[in-house]
Amino acid sequence: MARYESLLDACGGTPLVGLPRLSPTVPEGAPPVRLWAKLEDRNPTGSVKDRAALFMVRAAEEAGRLRPGDTILEPTSGNTGIALAMVAKLRGYRLVCVMPENVSAERVQLLRMYGAEIIFSPAAGGSNQAVANAKQLAAEHPDWVMLYQYGNEANARAHYETTGPELLRDLPTITHFVAGLGTTGTLMGTGRYLREKVEAVEIIAAEPRYGELVYGLRNIDEGYVPELYDPSVLTRRFSVGTRDAVLRTRQLVEVEGLFVGLSTGAVLHAALAVAHEAVKAGRRADVAFLVADAGWKYLSTGAYGGTLSDAEEALEGQLWA
Amino acid sequence: MAIEVRIPTILRSHTGGAKVVEGSGDTLNDLLTDLDARHPGLRGRLVTAEGGLHRFVNVYVNDEDVRFLGALDTKLNDGDTVTILPAVAGG
Repeated sequence: MARYESLLDACGGTPLVGLPRLSPTVPEGAPPVRLWAKLEDRNPTGSVKDRAALFMVRAAEEAGRLRPGDTILEPTSGNTGIALAMVAKLRGYRLVCVMPENVSAERVQLLRMYGAEIIFSPAAGGSNQAVANAKQLAAEHPDWVMLYQYGNEANARAHYETTGPELLRDLPTITHFVAGLGTTGTLMGTGRYLREKVEAVEIIAAEPRYGELVYGLRNIDEGYVPELYDPSVLTRRFSVGTRDAVLRTRQLVEVEGLFVGLSTGAVLHAALAVAHEAVKAGRRADVAFLVADAGWKYLSTGAYGGTLSDAEEALEGQLWA
Repeated sequence: MAIEVRIPTILRSHTGGAKVVEGSGDTLNDLLTDLDARHPGLRGRLVTAEGGLHRFVNVYVNDEDVRFLGALDTKLNDGDTVTILPAVAGG
């Protein structure tokens, strides 16, 4: 069915598309190794975060934490903020986002257009600093409601109840699930669901590796691991550098016509690694990976034009995922 | 056996400012012991008194997180690249 009562009801139910040109070739007679992309850019505000935003707001409403007219506060590098801004608009809340100053210009424009207020945190320290600043603001404004995507079980539950079941329904033969690691909500929720239903399924995380500025903490103890993160849900975790992420992002457009954001390039890099290992081992594999968003919001970053080195240089110091 | 080790800004006080150092060892544990001989204090920043990796430190061998490969017992080979990074938030 493609008719919905409101935009909020149109969240999820995204297509899973095969990538026959990008899937590795296997020797004749060997079992197939196939790549599949789950297109989360087909959500109401164009990213996977709509699922988490909707679930977190609903959970807060049901718990009586949020009442009409309340202010929602959230540290976000962009997509969660945009998703929350849409939900907040439709459900009647004010939204204050704490965002690192080195995110793409499009994210800032979109948030302002939705009517969200933005408080910038310094580029150095990346999202860690945004989280720290938001926690301080929450303490100063006890009437504001911080949904806190990094520790909110409804974030992971959104994927346990929707993304996971959708994947299994559309690809019962799934052997690997690959997604980006940020709040860890997507991987925790989807991963737990698939592990319960599919024997020996592999849950693989692809984590963006930024330029040095983002890791500019004053000491190791300022490091940050989201409360939602449970490493036992994962089977492997890859760190993907800017150059590989850009290379794969471009490859998706060139080979499969799929225009994705840079974090998806990082995810594809990890997906291809496990796909090629399966070919080498002569094992059947259906590798599903998650397209968190499309490329529109990153056009201004310089990632889509010029040489790979140009793009890598342009992205230095930016939070591209 | 030479293994390239990338050092994050925050730990370069132990390497005289060097971004990349070389070391050797059959496992990550051996490598960190080898590095500590030339870069005193480095190992102590990465490994806790209990002998595990520090919670806010991520170590990758050829871009893969060692916590899923055997942690400090992760096997290393000549030509491997080891990357050390502090844990940061995404989202």
